[in-house]
Amino acid sequence: MDLVLVNLIDGLVTGLLLFMLSAGLTLIFSMMGVLNFAHASFYMLGAYFAYQISIALGFWMGLLVAPLIVGVIGAGVERYGLRRVHQYGHVPELIFTFGLALLIEELVQFIWGKNQLPYQIPEVLNFTAFAISGNSIPAYKVFMIFISIAIFIGLLYVLTKTRVGMIIQAALSYPRTVEALGHNVPLIFMGVFGVGTALAGVAGVIAGPVLGTFPGMAFVLGSIVFVTIVIGGLGSLWGALVASLLIGWITTFAKSYNIRMEDILNGIGISTPENLGDSMFRDIWTVTSPQIADILPYILMVLILIFRPYGLFGNRDA
Amino acid sequence: MSNPMKENQITTDPTKPAQRMRAGGLRIAAMPWVIAGLFLLVMPFIFTDNSAITIMNQMAITIIFALAYNMLLGQGGMLSFGHAVYAGVGGFACMHVMSMTDFFALLPLPVLPLFGGLFGMGLAMIIGSFSTRSAGTVFAMISLGVGELIAACSVIIVAFFGGEEGVSGDRTYANPFFGVEFLHQIEVYYLIAFWLMLSALLMYLFSRTPIGRMANAVRDNPERAEFLGYSSRWVRFYSFIFSGFFAGIAGGLFAINYEIVTEENLNTASSGVILLVTFLGGVGFFFGPIIGAIAFTLLQTVLSLQTELWAFYAGVLFLATVMFFPGGLAGLLMMHVPAIRLGKASGLIVPYLKTLIPALIGILGLSALVEMTFHFRHASVGDEEMTVFWTTFDSHTVLPWAVAIAVTVVAFAIMRMMLPTLRTAWAEANTASSTSQGGAA
Repeated sequence: MDLVLVNLIDGLVTGLLLFMLSAGLTLIFSMMGVLNFAHASFYMLGAYFAYQISIALGFWMGLLVAPLIVGVIGAGVERYGLRRVHQYGHVPELIFTFGLALLIEELVQFIWGKNQLPYQIPEVLNFTAFAISGNSIPAYKVFMIFISIAIFIGLLYVLTKTRVGMIIQAALSYPRTVEALGHNVPLIFMGVFGVGTALAGVAGVIAGPVLGTFPGMAFVLGSIVFVTIVIGGLGSLWGALVASLLIGWITTFAKSYNIRMEDILNGIGISTPENLGDSMFRDIWTVTSPQIADILPYILMVLILIFRPYGLFGNRDA
Repeated sequence: MSNPMKENQITTDPTKPAQRMRAGGLRIAAMPWVIAGLFLLVMPFIFTDNSAITIMNQMAITIIFALAYNMLLGQGGMLSFGHAVYAGVGGFACMHVMSMTDFFALLPLPVLPLFGGLFGMGLAMIIGSFSTRSAGTVFAMISLGVGELIAACSVIIVAFFGGEEGVSGDRTYANPFFGVEFLHQIEVYYLIAFWLMLSALLMYLFSRTPIGRMANAVRDNPERAEFLGYSSRWVRFYSFIFSGFFAGIAGGLFAINYEIVTEENLNTASSGVILLVTFLGGVGFFFGPIIGAIAFTLLQTVLSLQTELWAFYAGVLFLATVMFFPGGLAGLLMMHVPAIRLGKASGLIVPYLKTLIPALIGILGLSALVEMTFHFRHASVGDEEMTVFWTTFDSHTVLPWAVAIAVTVVAFAIMRMMLPTLRTAWAEANTASSTSQGGAA
């Protein structure tokens, strides 16, 4: 029972981190109709900038400044890159962000090299917050949970309760009308893109010390983020939240319990073949849940797409 | 909804009808193919070097794969981020056929890629049954997810994918084909060249069939295609499985050429490379991917010998293409057709030289700066010597930096000065002399 609780917390941390990325991505998607392939690259930039700043000014300044820089870069990419490519249509836009992701990875390797950076958890948070029957929960995890939830509540508040949020929401559905009312719609788009990438930056700053800061970190998370918003339903903030938590928990539980496929198959009445070594399907019998933990989200996505193509919370038209 | 520019793309232009394929026009239509065939025959006599043949083999395989990819992206409007999977699975299937010694001993090697094609097609049928329901973003996402899934399976399903080290085999166990045992690179070259011609021709003919034409219609306006009575889903599905078939053939040829297939052949990076190749060449024209594959393979083999940063340059080139020349290299070439038709292309040569030479020098200067920065940051302590453009110098002194910066700035300044001349020349070359109509391409 205690192990379940520990796993629930671990899964929550992973899920909320994933949510911070997918929230920005889904916001940008519902705004421009384009999936920003380079989203995870901005997450990586967040971690690298934060590392560089934390050397000189400490972790907290990094947490404050790095997302700002990432957001400004994101806004610049929208203004000078995406807006230009927009005239050619959606597919070139997607290809543009794909190329951007490649380029950012190369740039990061160019500046910081190929090795993992020694980006550390700050001293203040480097202690055990509490323990559940011998399994200690580090304070940094608690901090990650709190900061993610705070950002989610803040985002929800701005989007639904403030005037700015109203204008943004209106601009998503009726850009012409909003423009006619005297609002600068391209500026709004640029702002939302900047905020979305800044959110990815925040995720990078707080994930960098625990998941490692290395040039492949965008690649590791990149496709999982897409899987998340496809499962949740494209453009749905709540869907992104549910899917992130689902993926976080599924992978965490699959990793911590060593379930063998053989046992499952025996359990449903299929007996193990005698000469396993010769069988083409021998790998299906020997596989264990930690082995497939990382591909479970993809399997989930394919299943969702077959049975509910518009995702968990998406509407049919998306 | 309807965009006049896009409508022009669907409706067949009466001035250049598809009927050219028939009777009288057949000789003209066949000309490029005959030339290409002769070219492929002669190439090994010009570049006799073994490494050159290796590069050409690589190029030919990439061409088939890129053409197959363009069936989706260019002709069908489906952006796939996981197309390497079909080539990879085709390659793995061929590897397993190779290891079935009894069966393989009866089989002439040139037939082997067919197995790869059929396996690629079979997989495309399974995946396509649910992924071709929609095009655009959703299709792109599904292709990415499925690609990642299958690539990840390669580590788990060891029996088929061979785990980390992949699957290897020996092509010479096949039944000799008219006495040829495919021991030498050159024999493999002709095998690949044969398959290149065959599959390129088939893919071209496919693009001329009603279903290939409908793929274009579905790309541009699926709703309208539906009203014409075509199911856009089935049209996409057919394009998808044919593309899977030819990707599988490319994979099979890869297996024959390298005699090893690994996880690398189906991961996302390979899928990304083929997207890059195709888009660089240009998706709007059938021959675009061919140019892209040739250019990219040269870039990869030649540039990667010169610099560690070749992937960085490739990335910059790719982004520049997407932003400034969405038609790719083929689109850039085709822009000059109106000028040539008007007989005024020769007027462009001098302005082009005047702009492009400074631009080239500027780019070289810039890349020298990039190389020097890289060396300055990453060279081991004490290793201050570096070589750029056959000049060796100390990257920690001021002089080389000053020279590189000066060259870059001056070259780009000259290029900027020359740009208006080029623009006037361009407008002039694209204007018919009698009337003021014609306009830029």
